[in-house]
Amino acid sequence: MQVPASFDYRRATSVAEALELLRRYGEEARVVAGGHSLLPMMKLRLAGPELLVDINDLHELDHIELVGDELRVGALTRHRTLLESPLVGRYFPIVHDAEKVIADPPVRNRGTIGGSLCQADPSEDLSAVCGALHARVVIRGEGGERVVPMADFHQGPYETAVGVGEMLVQVRIPVLPGAGSAYEKVERKSGDWAVAAAGVALTLREGRIADAGVGLAAVGAGALNLDAVQELLNGGEPSEALYEEAALLASANCSPVTDGRGSAEYKRHLAGELTRRALRRSVARARTAQGTTGEA
Amino acid sequence: MRITVNVNGEDRTREVEPRHLLVRFLRDDLELTGTHWGCDTSNCGTCVVLMDGEPVKSCTVLAVMAAGHEIRTVEDLADGDRLDPVQQGFIEQHGLQCGFCTPGMMLTGRALLDRNPDPSDQEIREAISGQLCRCTGYLNIVRSIRWAAREEAAVAAPEATTPATATATTGSQA
Ligand SMILES: Cc1cc2nc3c(=O)[nH]c(=O)nc-3n(C[C@H](O)[C@H](O)[C@H](O)COP(=O)(O)OP(=O)(O)OC[C@H]3O[C@@H](n4cnc5c(N)ncnc54)[C@H](O)[C@@H]3O)c2cc1C
Ligand code: FES
Ligand code: FES
Repeated sequence: MQVPASFDYRRATSVAEALELLRRYGEEARVVAGGHSLLPMMKLRLAGPELLVDINDLHELDHIELVGDELRVGALTRHRTLLESPLVGRYFPIVHDAEKVIADPPVRNRGTIGGSLCQADPSEDLSAVCGALHARVVIRGEGGERVVPMADFHQGPYETAVGVGEMLVQVRIPVLPGAGSAYEKVERKSGDWAVAAAGVALTLREGRIADAGVGLAAVGAGALNLDAVQELLNGGEPSEALYEEAALLASANCSPVTDGRGSAEYKRHLAGELTRRALRRSVARARTAQGTTGEA
Repeated sequence: MRITVNVNGEDRTREVEPRHLLVRFLRDDLELTGTHWGCDTSNCGTCVVLMDGEPVKSCTVLAVMAAGHEIRTVEDLADGDRLDPVQQGFIEQHGLQCGFCTPGMMLTGRALLDRNPDPSDQEIREAISGQLCRCTGYLNIVRSIRWAAREEAAVAAPEATTPATATATTGSQA
Protein backbone atom coordinates (compact mmCIF):
# COMPACT_ATOMS: atom_id res chain seq x y z
CA MET A 1 0.00 0.00 0.00
CA GLN A 2 1.27 3.47 -0.86
CA VAL A 3 0.82 6.02 1.90
CA PRO A 4 2.36 9.49 2.02
CA ALA A 5 4.83 10.36 4.78
CA SER A 6 3.30 12.15 7.77
CA PHE A 7 2.29 15.78 7.45
CA ASP A 8 0.07 18.32 9.15
CA TYR A 9 -3.19 19.33 7.54
CA ARG A 10 -5.09 22.59 7.71
CA ARG A 11 -8.24 23.44 5.87
CA ALA A 12 -8.15 27.12 4.99
CA THR A 13 -11.35 29.09 5.52
CA SER A 14 -10.18 32.16 3.59
CA VAL A 15 -7.52 33.04 1.06
CA ALA A 16 -5.92 35.28 3.70
CA GLU A 17 -5.67 32.35 6.11
CA ALA A 18 -4.19 30.11 3.43
CA LEU A 19 -1.58 32.74 2.62
CA GLU A 20 -0.79 33.21 6.30
CA LEU A 21 -0.20 29.46 6.73
CA LEU A 22 1.91 29.30 3.58
CA ARG A 23 4.00 32.21 4.82
CA ARG A 24 4.45 30.75 8.30
CA TYR A 25 5.54 27.30 7.12
CA GLY A 26 7.55 28.60 4.14
CA GLU A 27 9.11 25.99 1.86
CA GLU A 28 7.62 23.15 3.91
CA ALA A 29 4.01 24.02 3.12
CA ARG A 30 2.10 23.08 -0.02
CA VAL A 31 -1.36 23.98 -1.25
CA VAL A 32 -3.57 20.99 -1.98
CA ALA A 33 -6.38 21.56 -4.49
CA GLY A 34 -7.65 18.45 -6.30
CA GLY A 35 -4.68 16.52 -4.97
CA HIS A 36 -4.52 14.41 -8.12
CA SER A 37 -0.97 15.37 -8.91
CA LEU A 38 0.30 16.13 -5.42
CA LEU A 39 -0.97 13.06 -3.54
CA PRO A 40 0.50 10.59 -6.06
CA MET A 41 3.82 12.43 -5.76
CA MET A 42 3.64 12.26 -1.96
CA LYS A 43 2.90 8.53 -2.11
CA LEU A 44 6.03 8.08 -4.21
CA ARG A 45 8.05 10.35 -1.88
CA LEU A 46 8.69 12.73 -4.76
CA ALA A 47 7.13 15.39 -2.55
CA GLY A 48 7.21 15.53 1.24
CA PRO A 49 5.55 18.69 2.52
CA GLU A 50 5.23 19.14 6.28
CA LEU A 51 1.96 20.98 5.94
CA LEU A 52 -0.86 20.69 3.44
CA VAL A 53 -3.08 23.74 3.15
CA ASP A 54 -6.39 22.52 1.76
CA ILE A 55 -8.06 25.23 -0.35
CA ASN A 56 -11.14 23.22 -1.34
CA ASP A 57 -13.46 25.28 0.86
CA LEU A 58 -12.43 28.56 -0.79
CA HIS A 59 -15.43 28.80 -3.09
CA GLU A 60 -14.47 32.31 -4.17
CA LEU A 61 -11.67 30.60 -6.14
CA ASP A 62 -14.19 28.49 -8.05
CA HIS A 63 -15.72 30.74 -10.69
CA ILE A 64 -15.91 31.38 -14.43
CA GLU A 65 -16.92 34.88 -15.41
CA LEU A 66 -16.67 37.24 -18.30
CA VAL A 67 -15.25 40.59 -17.17
CA GLY A 68 -14.73 43.13 -19.93
CA ASP A 69 -12.79 41.45 -22.68
CA GLU A 70 -11.41 38.60 -20.65
CA LEU A 71 -12.64 35.38 -19.15
CA ARG A 72 -11.66 34.99 -15.52
CA VAL A 73 -11.35 31.49 -14.18
CA GLY A 74 -10.75 30.87 -10.49
CA ALA A 75 -7.78 28.64 -9.59
CA LEU A 76 -10.03 26.09 -7.89
CA THR A 77 -12.23 25.58 -10.96
CA ARG A 78 -12.37 21.83 -11.66
CA HIS A 79 -11.67 20.23 -15.03
CA ARG A 80 -15.26 19.07 -15.09
CA THR A 81 -16.64 22.58 -14.56
CA LEU A 82 -14.54 23.87 -17.45
CA LEU A 83 -15.74 21.04 -19.67
CA GLU A 84 -19.38 21.70 -18.81
CA SER A 85 -19.22 25.49 -19.15
CA PRO A 86 -21.02 26.75 -22.30
CA LEU A 87 -19.26 30.10 -21.86
CA VAL A 88 -15.87 28.42 -22.06
CA GLY A 89 -16.97 26.32 -25.03
CA ARG A 90 -18.29 29.32 -26.93
CA TYR A 91 -15.17 31.45 -26.62
CA PHE A 92 -12.45 28.85 -26.22
CA PRO A 93 -13.24 25.56 -27.99
CA ILE A 94 -9.56 24.67 -27.40
CA VAL A 95 -10.36 24.26 -23.69
CA HIS A 96 -13.18 21.83 -24.38
CA ASP A 97 -11.05 19.92 -26.91
CA ALA A 98 -8.41 19.49 -24.21
CA GLU A 99 -10.71 18.81 -21.28
CA LYS A 100 -12.39 15.94 -23.14
CA VAL A 101 -9.05 14.15 -23.17
CA ILE A 102 -7.53 15.19 -19.84
CA ALA A 103 -7.47 12.15 -17.60
CA ASP A 104 -10.92 10.60 -17.01
CA PRO A 105 -14.22 11.70 -15.45
CA PRO A 106 -13.45 10.87 -11.77
CA VAL A 107 -10.06 12.62 -12.03
CA ARG A 108 -11.71 15.57 -13.77
CA ASN A 109 -14.16 15.79 -10.88
CA ARG A 110 -11.24 16.64 -8.58
CA GLY A 111 -8.38 18.19 -10.59
CA THR A 112 -8.31 21.97 -10.92
CA ILE A 113 -6.93 24.48 -13.40
CA GLY A 114 -4.76 26.02 -10.67
CA GLY A 115 -3.31 22.63 -9.75
CA SER A 116 -2.64 21.83 -13.39
CA LEU A 117 -0.75 25.05 -14.02
CA CYS A 118 1.11 25.00 -10.69
CA GLN A 119 2.16 21.39 -11.13
CA ALA A 120 4.13 22.69 -14.14
CA ASP A 121 4.53 19.22 -15.55
CA PRO A 122 5.61 19.65 -19.19
CA SER A 123 2.90 17.14 -20.13
CA GLU A 124 0.08 19.13 -18.54
CA ASP A 125 -2.49 19.86 -21.24
CA LEU A 126 -3.90 23.04 -19.70
CA SER A 127 -0.43 24.59 -19.66
CA ALA A 128 -0.21 24.21 -23.42
CA VAL A 129 -3.79 25.48 -23.77
CA CYS A 130 -3.22 28.54 -21.57
CA GLY A 131 0.07 29.20 -23.37
CA ALA A 132 -1.65 29.17 -26.76
CA LEU A 133 -4.39 31.45 -25.44
CA HIS A 134 -1.81 33.93 -24.10
CA ALA A 135 -3.48 33.72 -20.72
CA ARG A 136 -2.25 35.61 -17.68
CA VAL A 137 -2.35 34.31 -14.14
CA VAL A 138 -2.99 36.19 -10.95
CA ILE A 139 -0.69 35.38 -8.05
CA ARG A 140 -1.63 36.63 -4.60
CA GLY A 141 0.69 37.09 -1.66
CA GLU A 142 0.96 39.15 1.50
CA GLY A 143 1.75 42.29 -0.46
CA GLY A 144 -1.18 41.97 -2.88
CA GLU A 145 -1.59 40.60 -6.37
CA ARG A 146 0.57 40.43 -9.45
CA VAL A 147 -0.46 39.41 -12.92
CA VAL A 148 2.01 37.24 -14.79
CA PRO A 149 1.81 36.22 -18.47
CA MET A 150 1.87 32.46 -19.08
CA ALA A 151 5.14 32.93 -20.95
CA ASP A 152 6.82 33.91 -17.65
CA PHE A 153 4.84 31.64 -15.35
CA HIS A 154 6.61 28.35 -15.95
CA GLN A 155 10.24 28.66 -15.03
CA GLY A 156 11.23 25.09 -15.70
CA PRO A 157 9.79 21.64 -15.08
CA TYR A 158 7.81 21.70 -11.83
CA GLU A 159 8.83 25.33 -11.21
CA THR A 160 6.55 28.32 -11.40
CA ALA A 161 6.56 32.02 -10.60
CA VAL A 162 4.52 31.33 -7.45
CA GLY A 163 6.83 32.23 -4.56
CA VAL A 164 6.88 31.15 -0.92
CA GLY A 165 3.80 32.48 0.85
CA GLU A 166 1.93 33.00 -2.42
CA MET A 167 -0.77 31.22 -4.35
CA LEU A 168 -2.37 31.24 -7.74
CA VAL A 169 -5.87 32.68 -7.50
CA GLN A 170 -7.07 33.24 -11.05
CA VAL A 171 -6.40 32.64 -14.72
CA ARG A 172 -7.34 35.38 -17.19
CA ILE A 173 -7.86 34.62 -20.85
CA PRO A 174 -8.32 37.39 -23.41
CA VAL A 175 -11.52 37.17 -25.46
CA LEU A 176 -10.76 38.24 -29.02
CA PRO A 177 -13.48 38.83 -31.60
CA GLY A 178 -13.55 36.29 -34.40
CA ALA A 179 -11.10 33.98 -32.70
CA GLY A 180 -10.67 30.29 -33.40
CA SER A 181 -8.76 27.71 -31.39
CA ALA A 182 -8.21 23.96 -31.21
CA TYR A 183 -6.31 21.29 -29.33
CA GLU A 184 -4.94 18.07 -30.79
CA LYS A 185 -3.55 15.30 -28.62
CA VAL A 186 -2.26 11.82 -29.23
CA GLU A 187 -2.37 9.47 -26.26
CA ARG A 188 -1.70 5.75 -25.89
CA LYS A 189 -5.05 5.00 -24.34
CA SER A 190 -8.13 6.88 -23.23
CA GLY A 191 -7.38 9.12 -20.26
CA ASP A 192 -3.63 8.94 -20.53
CA TRP A 193 -1.12 11.75 -20.57
CA ALA A 194 -0.15 12.99 -24.01
CA VAL A 195 2.48 11.32 -26.15
CA ALA A 196 2.46 14.79 -27.64
CA ALA A 197 -0.13 17.53 -28.03
CA ALA A 198 -0.49 20.91 -29.68
CA GLY A 199 -2.83 23.82 -29.10
CA VAL A 200 -3.42 26.78 -31.39
CA ALA A 201 -5.40 29.98 -30.91
CA LEU A 202 -5.68 32.79 -33.45
CA THR A 203 -7.90 35.41 -34.97
CA LEU A 204 -8.46 36.32 -38.60
CA ARG A 205 -8.22 39.94 -39.67
CA GLU A 206 -9.14 40.65 -43.25
CA GLY A 207 -8.43 37.06 -44.06
CA ARG A 208 -5.01 37.04 -42.44
CA ILE A 209 -3.91 35.37 -39.25
CA ALA A 210 -3.38 37.62 -36.22
CA ASP A 211 -2.76 37.11 -32.50
CA ALA A 212 -1.46 33.59 -33.13
CA GLY A 213 -0.65 31.48 -30.08
CA VAL A 214 0.85 28.01 -30.09
CA GLY A 215 1.39 25.69 -27.13
CA LEU A 216 2.91 22.21 -27.09
CA ALA A 217 2.66 19.55 -24.39
CA ALA A 218 4.92 16.60 -23.58
CA VAL A 219 7.64 17.52 -26.01
CA GLY A 220 10.16 19.21 -23.79
CA ALA A 221 10.61 20.87 -20.48
CA GLY A 222 10.33 24.58 -19.88
CA ALA A 223 11.13 27.25 -22.38
CA LEU A 224 10.00 26.02 -25.74
CA ASN A 225 10.68 28.70 -28.24
CA LEU A 226 7.36 28.92 -29.97
CA ASP A 227 7.67 32.65 -30.62
CA ALA A 228 9.17 31.83 -33.99
CA VAL A 229 6.08 29.83 -34.97
CA GLN A 230 3.78 32.59 -33.78
CA GLU A 231 5.75 35.23 -35.70
CA LEU A 232 5.61 33.14 -38.83
CA LEU A 233 1.83 32.80 -38.55
CA ASN A 234 1.00 36.41 -37.74
CA GLY A 235 0.13 38.29 -40.90
CA GLY A 236 0.10 35.11 -42.95
CA GLU A 237 -2.72 34.02 -45.17
CA PRO A 238 -4.11 30.64 -44.10
CA SER A 239 -2.88 27.96 -46.50
CA GLU A 240 -1.54 24.43 -46.38
CA ALA A 241 1.86 25.80 -47.34
CA LEU A 242 1.86 28.09 -44.29
CA TYR A 243 0.72 25.25 -42.00
CA GLU A 244 3.53 23.11 -43.37
CA GLU A 245 6.09 25.77 -42.54
CA ALA A 246 4.62 26.21 -39.07
CA ALA A 247 4.63 22.46 -38.50
CA LEU A 248 8.30 22.23 -39.45
CA LEU A 249 9.18 25.10 -37.12
CA ALA A 250 7.22 23.60 -34.22
CA SER A 251 8.98 20.30 -34.78
CA ALA A 252 12.36 21.97 -34.86
CA ASN A 253 11.71 24.05 -31.75
CA CYS A 254 10.79 21.30 -29.31
CA SER A 255 12.98 18.95 -27.33
CA PRO A 256 11.20 15.66 -26.65
CA VAL A 257 12.86 12.73 -24.95
CA THR A 258 12.38 9.04 -25.61
CA ASP A 259 10.32 7.30 -22.95
CA GLY A 260 7.61 4.67 -22.56
CA ARG A 261 5.20 6.80 -24.52
CA GLY A 262 7.30 7.02 -27.64
CA SER A 263 10.63 7.90 -29.20
CA ALA A 264 11.91 11.46 -29.38
CA GLU A 265 11.71 11.22 -33.15
CA TYR A 266 8.05 10.17 -33.12
CA LYS A 267 7.12 12.91 -30.66
CA ARG A 268 8.92 15.49 -32.77
CA HIS A 269 6.93 14.32 -35.77
CA LEU A 270 3.72 14.56 -33.75
CA ALA A 271 4.53 18.08 -32.55
CA GLY A 272 4.58 19.21 -36.18
CA GLU A 273 1.63 17.18 -37.39
CA LEU A 274 -0.58 18.13 -34.43
CA THR A 275 0.32 21.81 -34.85
CA ARG A 276 -0.79 21.53 -38.47
CA ARG A 277 -4.11 19.89 -37.54
CA ALA A 278 -4.78 22.39 -34.76
CA LEU A 279 -4.08 25.22 -37.21
CA ARG A 280 -6.54 23.87 -39.75
CA ARG A 281 -9.28 23.55 -37.17
CA SER A 282 -8.56 26.92 -35.56
CA VAL A 283 -8.84 28.70 -38.89
CA ALA A 284 -12.05 26.84 -39.74
CA ARG A 285 -13.51 27.77 -36.37
CA ALA A 286 -12.43 31.40 -36.69
CA ARG A 287 -14.21 31.54 -40.05
CA THR A 288 -17.35 30.08 -38.54
CA ALA A 289 -17.17 32.50 -35.61
CA GLN A 290 -16.83 35.43 -37.99
CA GLY A 291 -19.68 34.11 -40.10
CA THR A 292 -21.98 34.05 -37.09
CA THR A 293 -20.93 37.43 -35.72
CA GLY A 294 -21.30 38.91 -39.21
CA GLU A 295 -24.91 37.81 -39.40
CA ALA A 296 -25.82 38.89 -35.89
CA MET B 1 -7.28 14.51 13.72
CA ARG B 2 -10.89 13.96 14.60
CA ILE B 3 -13.09 13.95 11.49
CA THR B 4 -16.73 13.39 10.73
CA VAL B 5 -17.68 12.12 7.30
CA ASN B 6 -21.25 11.48 6.25
CA VAL B 7 -21.10 7.97 4.80
CA ASN B 8 -24.24 6.49 3.28
CA GLY B 9 -26.39 9.03 5.09
CA GLU B 10 -24.85 8.56 8.52
CA ASP B 11 -22.27 10.78 10.24
CA ARG B 12 -19.22 8.68 11.09
CA THR B 13 -16.57 10.14 13.40
CA ARG B 14 -13.07 8.75 13.74
CA GLU B 15 -9.60 9.80 14.81
CA VAL B 16 -7.33 9.63 11.74
CA GLU B 17 -3.87 10.73 10.64
CA PRO B 18 -4.00 13.38 7.88
CA ARG B 19 -2.22 10.97 5.53
CA HIS B 20 -4.98 8.38 5.87
CA LEU B 21 -6.62 7.78 2.50
CA LEU B 22 -10.37 7.76 2.07
CA VAL B 23 -10.31 4.20 0.70
CA ARG B 24 -8.61 2.99 3.91
CA PHE B 25 -11.01 4.98 6.05
CA LEU B 26 -13.96 3.26 4.37
CA ARG B 27 -12.51 -0.23 4.26
CA ASP B 28 -10.46 -0.45 7.47
CA ASP B 29 -12.10 1.99 9.87
CA LEU B 30 -15.73 1.63 8.82
CA GLU B 31 -15.39 -1.95 7.52
CA LEU B 32 -17.21 -1.03 4.32
CA THR B 33 -15.20 -3.43 2.19
CA GLY B 34 -17.52 -3.15 -0.79
CA THR B 35 -15.23 -0.36 -1.99
CA HIS B 36 -12.36 -2.13 -3.69
CA TRP B 37 -8.79 -1.07 -3.86
CA GLY B 38 -6.44 -1.93 -6.70
CA CYS B 39 -3.69 0.10 -8.30
CA ASP B 40 -3.40 2.73 -5.59
CA THR B 41 -2.27 5.19 -8.27
CA SER B 42 -5.60 6.66 -9.43
CA ASN B 43 -5.50 4.66 -12.64
CA CYS B 44 -7.76 1.62 -12.28
CA GLY B 45 -10.87 3.24 -10.80
CA THR B 46 -11.96 0.27 -8.72
CA CYS B 47 -11.92 2.50 -5.62
CA VAL B 48 -14.52 4.90 -7.05
CA VAL B 49 -17.09 6.17 -4.54
CA LEU B 50 -19.47 9.11 -4.81
CA MET B 51 -18.41 12.30 -3.08
CA ASP B 52 -21.30 14.77 -2.94
CA GLY B 53 -22.90 12.69 -5.67
CA GLU B 54 -19.97 12.58 -8.09
CA PRO B 55 -17.51 9.73 -8.74
CA VAL B 56 -14.04 10.18 -7.24
CA LYS B 57 -11.10 7.83 -6.85
CA SER B 58 -10.93 7.26 -3.11
CA CYS B 59 -7.27 6.17 -3.20
CA THR B 60 -6.44 9.76 -4.15
CA VAL B 61 -8.61 11.61 -1.66
CA LEU B 62 -7.47 12.09 1.92
CA ALA B 63 -10.01 11.10 4.53
CA VAL B 64 -9.52 14.53 6.13
CA MET B 65 -10.46 16.13 2.80
CA ALA B 66 -13.73 14.16 2.82
CA ALA B 67 -14.67 15.48 6.27
CA GLY B 68 -17.93 17.40 6.10
CA HIS B 69 -18.79 15.83 2.75
CA GLU B 70 -21.24 13.11 1.75
CA ILE B 71 -19.74 9.83 0.65
CA ARG B 72 -21.82 7.10 -0.91
CA THR B 73 -20.51 3.56 -1.30
CA VAL B 74 -21.85 0.44 -2.99
CA GLU B 75 -23.33 -0.72 0.33
CA ASP B 76 -25.87 2.09 0.03
CA LEU B 77 -27.20 1.17 -3.41
CA ALA B 78 -29.75 -1.44 -2.37
CA ASP B 79 -32.72 -0.37 -0.29
CA GLY B 80 -33.06 -3.33 2.06
CA ASP B 81 -33.77 -6.31 -0.19
CA ARG B 82 -34.68 -4.13 -3.14
CA LEU B 83 -31.74 -3.76 -5.49
CA ASP B 84 -31.01 -0.49 -7.19
CA PRO B 85 -31.96 -0.75 -10.89
CA VAL B 86 -28.27 -0.43 -11.72
CA GLN B 87 -27.50 -3.49 -9.58
CA GLN B 88 -30.40 -5.35 -11.17
CA GLY B 89 -29.07 -4.35 -14.57
CA PHE B 90 -25.71 -5.94 -13.82
CA ILE B 91 -27.55 -9.18 -13.04
CA GLU B 92 -29.85 -9.01 -16.07
CA GLN B 93 -27.12 -8.16 -18.55
CA HIS B 94 -24.28 -10.17 -17.00
CA GLY B 95 -22.34 -6.98 -16.27
CA LEU B 96 -19.70 -8.68 -14.18
CA GLN B 97 -17.49 -11.69 -14.01
CA CYS B 98 -14.92 -11.50 -11.20
CA GLY B 99 -16.67 -8.48 -9.68
CA PHE B 100 -13.54 -6.54 -8.86
CA CYS B 101 -14.46 -3.43 -10.84
CA THR B 102 -18.17 -3.77 -10.15
CA PRO B 103 -18.76 -1.51 -7.10
CA GLY B 104 -17.08 1.42 -8.83
CA MET B 105 -18.83 0.72 -12.12
CA MET B 106 -22.24 0.57 -10.47
CA LEU B 107 -21.71 3.79 -8.54
CA THR B 108 -20.59 5.56 -11.71
CA GLY B 109 -23.68 4.21 -13.45
CA ARG B 110 -25.85 5.48 -10.61
CA ALA B 111 -24.27 8.95 -10.68
CA LEU B 112 -24.68 9.12 -14.45
CA LEU B 113 -28.38 8.20 -14.37
CA ASP B 114 -29.01 10.66 -11.56
CA ARG B 115 -27.83 13.47 -13.84
CA ASN B 116 -28.84 12.06 -17.18
CA PRO B 117 -31.68 9.53 -17.04
CA ASP B 118 -31.39 8.65 -20.74
CA PRO B 119 -27.70 8.50 -21.66
CA SER B 120 -26.49 7.31 -25.05
CA ASP B 121 -24.09 4.35 -25.20
CA GLN B 122 -21.36 6.85 -25.95
CA GLU B 123 -22.18 8.81 -22.81
CA ILE B 124 -22.15 5.61 -20.74
CA ARG B 125 -18.79 4.64 -22.20
CA GLU B 126 -17.43 8.09 -21.47
CA ALA B 127 -18.67 7.95 -17.87
CA ILE B 128 -16.92 4.64 -17.13
CA SER B 129 -13.80 5.49 -19.11
CA GLY B 130 -11.71 6.04 -15.99
CA GLN B 131 -12.37 2.53 -14.70
CA LEU B 132 -10.77 -0.68 -15.87
CA CYS B 133 -12.53 -4.00 -16.25
CA ARG B 134 -10.32 -6.94 -17.11
CA CYS B 135 -13.17 -9.41 -17.58
CA THR B 136 -16.20 -8.20 -19.45
CA GLY B 137 -14.84 -6.20 -22.34
CA TYR B 138 -17.15 -3.39 -21.14
CA LEU B 139 -19.98 -4.25 -23.53
CA ASN B 140 -22.11 -5.87 -20.86
CA ILE B 141 -21.40 -3.07 -18.41
CA VAL B 142 -22.75 -0.58 -20.94
CA ARG B 143 -25.79 -2.85 -21.47
CA SER B 144 -26.33 -3.11 -17.71
CA ILE B 145 -26.42 0.63 -17.23
CA ARG B 146 -28.65 1.04 -20.25
CA TRP B 147 -30.95 -1.64 -18.84
CA ALA B 148 -31.20 0.35 -15.63
CA ALA B 149 -31.99 3.54 -17.55
CA ARG B 150 -34.85 1.79 -19.42
CA GLU B 151 -36.12 0.17 -16.25
CA GLU B 152 -36.25 3.50 -14.45
CA ALA B 153 -37.97 5.13 -17.43
CA ALA B 154 -40.49 2.29 -17.61
CA VAL B 155 -41.27 2.53 -13.92
CA ALA B 156 -41.63 6.30 -14.10
CA ALA B 157 -43.52 6.54 -17.41
CA PRO B 158 -46.81 4.58 -17.26
CA GLU B 159 -48.63 6.69 -14.70
CA ALA B 160 -47.27 9.92 -16.09
CA THR B 161 -47.79 9.57 -19.83
CA THR B 162 -49.82 6.53 -20.84
CA PRO B 163 -52.73 5.97 -18.48
CA ALA B 164 -54.23 3.48 -21.00
CA THR B 165 -51.48 0.99 -20.22
CA ALA B 166 -51.52 1.67 -16.49
CA THR B 167 -52.40 -1.95 -15.85
CA ALA B 168 -48.86 -2.81 -16.80
CA THR B 169 -47.37 -0.97 -13.83
CA THR B 170 -46.13 -3.09 -11.00
CA GLY B 171 -46.29 -0.40 -8.37
CA SER B 172 -42.68 -0.97 -7.48
CA GLN B 173 -42.29 2.69 -6.55
CA ALA B 174 -42.35 1.93 -2.83
C1 LIG C 1 -4.76 9.08 -13.60
C2 LIG C 1 -4.46 10.51 -13.92
C3 LIG C 1 -4.39 10.91 -15.25
C4 LIG C 1 -4.12 12.22 -15.57
N1 LIG C 1 -4.08 12.57 -16.89
C5 LIG C 1 -3.84 13.85 -17.22
C6 LIG C 1 -3.80 14.26 -18.58
O1 LIG C 1 -4.02 13.46 -19.49
N2 LIG C 1 -3.52 15.56 -18.86
C7 LIG C 1 -3.30 16.47 -17.87
O2 LIG C 1 -3.08 17.63 -18.18
N3 LIG C 1 -3.36 16.13 -16.58
C8 LIG C 1 -3.61 14.84 -16.24
N4 LIG C 1 -3.65 14.49 -14.92
C9 LIG C 1 -3.41 15.50 -13.90
C10 LIG C 1 -4.71 16.07 -13.40
O3 LIG C 1 -5.21 16.93 -14.37
C11 LIG C 1 -4.45 16.80 -12.08
O4 LIG C 1 -5.58 16.81 -11.33
C12 LIG C 1 -3.98 18.22 -12.22
O5 LIG C 1 -2.85 18.28 -13.00
C13 LIG C 1 -3.58 18.83 -10.90
O6 LIG C 1 -4.66 19.45 -10.40
P1 LIG C 1 -4.99 19.30 -8.87
O7 LIG C 1 -6.01 20.31 -8.56
O8 LIG C 1 -5.31 17.88 -8.60
O9 LIG C 1 -3.61 19.72 -8.18
P2 LIG C 1 -2.92 19.27 -6.83
O10 LIG C 1 -2.46 17.88 -6.96
O11 LIG C 1 -3.76 19.62 -5.69
O12 LIG C 1 -1.67 20.25 -6.85
C14 LIG C 1 -0.66 20.15 -7.83
C15 LIG C 1 0.45 21.16 -7.49
O13 LIG C 1 -0.03 22.49 -7.61
C16 LIG C 1 0.04 23.20 -6.38
N5 LIG C 1 -1.18 24.01 -6.33
C17 LIG C 1 -2.46 23.60 -6.54
N6 LIG C 1 -3.30 24.66 -6.52
C18 LIG C 1 -2.53 25.76 -6.28
C19 LIG C 1 -2.82 27.16 -6.16
N7 LIG C 1 -4.06 27.63 -6.29
N8 LIG C 1 -1.78 28.00 -5.90
C20 LIG C 1 -0.53 27.53 -5.79
N9 LIG C 1 -0.19 26.22 -5.90
C21 LIG C 1 -1.18 25.35 -6.15
C22 LIG C 1 0.14 22.13 -5.32
O14 LIG C 1 0.81 22.61 -4.18
C23 LIG C 1 0.94 21.07 -6.04
O15 LIG C 1 2.30 21.40 -6.02
C24 LIG C 1 -3.91 13.17 -14.56
C25 LIG C 1 -3.97 12.79 -13.23
C26 LIG C 1 -4.24 11.48 -12.90
C27 LIG C 1 -4.30 11.10 -11.46
S1 FES D 1 -7.13 1.92 -6.40
FE1 FES D 1 -7.84 3.91 -6.74
S2 FES D 1 -7.75 4.09 -8.87
FE2 FES D 1 -6.89 2.12 -8.55
S1 FES E 1 -15.69 -8.00 -13.71
FE1 FES E 1 -13.64 -8.55 -13.37
S2 FES E 1 -12.65 -6.63 -13.54
FE2 FES E 1 -14.63 -6.17 -14.17
